[in-house]
Amino acid sequence: MKEIMVRAIYCEMLGYEASFSYIHAIKLAQQGSAIEKRVGYLAVSLFLNESHDLLLLLVNTVLKDLQSTNLIEVCMALTVVSQLFPKDMIPAILPLVEEKLTNPKEIIRRKAVLALHKFYLIAPNQVQHIHSKFRKALCDKDPGVMTASLHIYLQLIKNPDSYKDLTGSFVAILRQVVGGKLPVDFNYHNVPAPWLQIQLLRILSLLGKDDQSTSELMYEVLDESLRRAEMNHNITYAILYECVKAIYTIYPKSELLEKAAKCIGNFVVSPKINLKYLGLKALTYVVQQDASLALQHQMTIIECLDHSDSIIKRETLEVLFRITNVKNVAVIVEKMLDFLKNVFMEPDILFLLYVGCFPLLSDTYSPNNEWFIQTMNVVFSLGGELMHPDIPNNFLRLLAQGFGSEEEEQQQLRVFAVDSYLTLLESDTAHLPQRFLQVISWALGEFSYLKDGLEPCKVTKLLAKLLDERNVTSESRSWILSAMAKLSAGPGAAALALQVSERYSSSLDTVLRQQALELLHLSQDPELHARFFHLWHVQVDSSLSFLDSFVSEALSQGAAPYKAPHQRQEELRQEKALSLEPYSISLPVSLSSCSITDRQSPTLLSMSSSLSGNSNELKAGSSTLKLEGVKRVWGKEGYLHQQDAVEEAAQVEEAATPALPLSPQQGGAESQQTHGDLTVVEQEKQKLASSLFVGLGSQNSTFLMGKSDSTSQQFRRKTRAADSTSSGVSERSSSSSHSSCSDFLHNNLLEDSQNSLNTQKIGVSNGTHEGPVTQSFQTTSKETSPFLDAGMVLVQPCSPQTELRDFVQPGSSGITQTSLRSQFPPELSQLPHSDISLLSSDHSLSLSACRAYRDDALLFVIILSNCSQSSTNGLSVQLDCKHIFETFSTLIQVEPHTQVTVAGSVSYRAVPGHTQTLQFTDKLFLTDFIRPLTLSTEEYGKLWLSFSQDVRQNLKLIQGEGDPLRATLSALKEQLQLHIVDIIGSEGIVACRLLPDSPCLLHCRIHGGSLAVWLRSPLLSLPDCLLYYCQKTLEEC
Amino acid sequence: MIKAILIFNNHGKPRLSKFYEHYSEDTEQQIIRETFHLVSKRDENVCNFLEGGMLIGGSDNKLIYRHYATLYFVFCVDSSESELGILDLIQVFVETLDKCFENVCELDLIFHVDKVHHILSEMVMGGMVLETNMNEIITHVDAQNKMEKSEVRAASEARVLSIIILI
Repeated sequence: MKEIMVRAIYCEMLGYEASFSYIHAIKLAQQGSAIEKRVGYLAVSLFLNESHDLLLLLVNTVLKDLQSTNLIEVCMALTVVSQLFPKDMIPAILPLVEEKLTNPKEIIRRKAVLALHKFYLIAPNQVQHIHSKFRKALCDKDPGVMTASLHIYLQLIKNPDSYKDLTGSFVAILRQVVGGKLPVDFNYHNVPAPWLQIQLLRILSLLGKDDQSTSELMYEVLDESLRRAEMNHNITYAILYECVKAIYTIYPKSELLEKAAKCIGNFVVSPKINLKYLGLKALTYVVQQDASLALQHQMTIIECLDHSDSIIKRETLEVLFRITNVKNVAVIVEKMLDFLKNVFMEPDILFLLYVGCFPLLSDTYSPNNEWFIQTMNVVFSLGGELMHPDIPNNFLRLLAQGFGSEEEEQQQLRVFAVDSYLTLLESDTAHLPQRFLQVISWALGEFSYLKDGLEPCKVTKLLAKLLDERNVTSESRSWILSAMAKLSAGPGAAALALQVSERYSSSLDTVLRQQALELLHLSQDPELHARFFHLWHVQVDSSLSFLDSFVSEALSQGAAPYKAPHQRQEELRQEKALSLEPYSISLPVSLSSCSITDRQSPTLLSMSSSLSGNSNELKAGSSTLKLEGVKRVWGKEGYLHQQDAVEEAAQVEEAATPALPLSPQQGGAESQQTHGDLTVVEQEKQKLASSLFVGLGSQNSTFLMGKSDSTSQQFRRKTRAADSTSSGVSERSSSSSHSSCSDFLHNNLLEDSQNSLNTQKIGVSNGTHEGPVTQSFQTTSKETSPFLDAGMVLVQPCSPQTELRDFVQPGSSGITQTSLRSQFPPELSQLPHSDISLLSSDHSLSLSACRAYRDDALLFVIILSNCSQSSTNGLSVQLDCKHIFETFSTLIQVEPHTQVTVAGSVSYRAVPGHTQTLQFTDKLFLTDFIRPLTLSTEEYGKLWLSFSQDVRQNLKLIQGEGDPLRATLSALKEQLQLHIVDIIGSEGIVACRLLPDSPCLLHCRIHGGSLAVWLRSPLLSLPDCLLYYCQKTLEEC
Repeated sequence: MIKAILIFNNHGKPRLSKFYEHYSEDTEQQIIRETFHLVSKRDENVCNFLEGGMLIGGSDNKLIYRHYATLYFVFCVDSSESELGILDLIQVFVETLDKCFENVCELDLIFHVDKVHHILSEMVMGGMVLETNMNEIITHVDAQNKMEKSEVRAASEARVLSIIILI
């Protein structure tokens, strides 16, 4: 059997299907004898993958082997676990693998660490609680285990903040290794544990990046390892290379940089080709910071350009590419073209890559138009068919729109292009690639009129000649025909066009035939021609607003609203999940929150006077928002009549104002305004929006004022452009000039900016002030649209009357909790909130934050206080919102995490004209987003059945007086804001929801001495995260 | 991490392939072919690193190879591995094979695929370098072999015993 299995492995490797043997491989692994087991495991790990069904059959075997007393069996099991293991089965074996960390045998500990590393890679949430064990592994007495644990840390430290404290230990380890304190076994060619050193250096460079204090710790040891690694063997070069990289990554120190630069020099000039390669790689890395280093090695670089190895050449070009500037671009591009000509024979990807870089180089740095066109001509004729289609497209767009420079210059550019193309066409055209022909014919058709004294007839003749070439594909032919159609107005051209179109109107290719006929008609009728090409420049209504009336009519007749494919799939999936109980109401929670959502997004509706207009700024957000807009009309309650849309918008606005949390006065004022005249508000908002978007890159602020249909289209375009600059979230960078003391977010920015402008005035007039700025992460949304969430984040600076009152704190050095508390807005102090914690401070400003828990939102309150005697002007707070949005939408919608980091900065002017910034970061935990979910036992039962995912875990029971179950549950309730639905005997049911409305149900039972908890939730990783906090809470109790 | 370890001969026939990430079978074969095409074109006196290989993961990936007589040893790694480090790892791997098979040749790899895999799994586990010391690797492999042998012996003894009893 064993022999046969080995043969099956061999067949599989050669590419022959051997799936019949998979089941036998598993059977073999289940066998008792080691010899068979070993081959079985090997075959399984080669045949199957993580999602293969048969793998489930293996789980039990692995479990059994992990518990075996035989060292080798355990090793085999661990090996197979780290190669492949189904993700959802990890909880089953996790405790066993953990236990192996304390095994007396070094090899088992080492393998267990690597298995955990694998788990961390595929399911980071599930190993969260054993991070402390990783630390223990790092301190293991056996260097092998420690080496293995470095793999994990290398992975973990990708997010370095929480591991800064380990820097000292890593430095100490490296010092010991470099100093030769390890057993001789670890030496390789007399170098102590080189691979270990490489890893440590990588970790250090991750830790020290942009961090002076951490970097300072490692200067010494880096210096030492530079010194110790004498040039004698390959592996020492590897260490040196890592060392150099680390030195350039961490906070710079001139002395070390010098040494590193020298090292790079040695690498580059080395006769060993591998070292040369690495040297060039290091150069590429380094010249971004210090281009002068490249100068020192000028000659070597030029030598490398003529090297016989294309990889070396490529690296050299990469270096050159990095140091390109206006002056040297011509030379560099010439070199690159040479390179391209050489590799043309072997079309591989690096070649594609280079053709891709060209236009980038060319249009950023191009010295003049003529040069640019000529370079592009060469690129096109060399690149040929392999070129990425984007390149000709970009080029044509550039021709059509210009560099954004002077009109005159653009014309010049086009004339150049036309000129050069004409010369090209007059010579032999057979060798030109198709793409280039297409570019040529388009440019000629479009711009040849610009050149004085050029008869369209002549161009048409050239094109006709081209058309008759045998090797021209039909795609290029159609390009040529359409170019001819554009030119066919002239007298001579018409006759030629007639000739051509007659020939092609009988073509077999339907596209060609159609174009030929078009050409025929256009050339015969100059008037039609003129009208047709005049129409060409009409703007396209990309939002399809002319369909709106049709859509609303269809809706009123009961048609279903349009849903994007992904949304449909989502719904289908939900239906499947709920199919156990087809007639029950799917989710009472989601219903209620649904209506909340409707109320919470007033700006969306109020901005649009009717449904047909609402694609307006919904478009501006993201495509899903558009669906949202439609959906509102067609809510879960049924269809809301279309005519009511305007009224409803008003109602919605009204309803929303009480819900706005912080500023009753302002809210009141606003609702009055709403009562009075909706359109006034709307106009005002548009004005604000336009003034805001000016800062975001467009200058047209005026056209937004009128709100007719024709302008709204432009508005749309501008907003989209603004959005696209920063991945659809919002534009922090430019906002500071407009808003102070606040930060506005995304769709609600219209409303917020109003507030923020108010605040700005106050801020300036008051000079010194202290005021909380509150940001509420309004996380109410429907489950159908994850993006709405991002749109719903709402910034609400407190109304100036209440909070931003004059508050001068002359010379108060320390800010006490109480003084902060006294400043706490009354609306918030009624809410449950966390302690106010000082996040950061400098000599004149201190910044604290706290989290307040509202029923439907988490309010993140930032309190700024001035602790100097002078006044502070131009205060502006920026939150790293992009980050927040990303994390929040993932946190809440896709995959709950146990915590996220919020970062931001405050900038202010203490001295006029001198802006200072204060950075801060804070953490938000999952528990901040957990709210109790009030349910009756019956509803709970229904809901429980509707979820299928099940997570189980045993928790510690709190032993005290009275009922342990009650005590435990109430402790959990207290700490995590859960809702205890019912307690019956030794069982209890608990419910909670993750904002906005993802429920999580817990079913607890006393089992033995512990509390067995089943969790069910529609969000897969929510139970894991929640369990983590439950465990933590109970540990602390 | 190490994405894949491939060994093929001068004609592109695979002699060992181990993937630490999942690819479909067809892709695996394509990767082997593509890698062979990239590697075989290169001269003896050029560097041992290659960038590219579209299939296995694009620009982040590197191929690091060594050529011994009739065989190419290729490691496909991502950017978190040190190039020279891997190059020496290949050396260690080959030396280990040499020691285990006593003058390793292509035929050894064909007839003892399983053994090669066992050695490899002591060196690299789940895409991570586990052990770089040749003696350690050999000790672990030998321990396993010994256990196998003792089992075989026990089994044959049992069979002899049962025959005796039958008689």
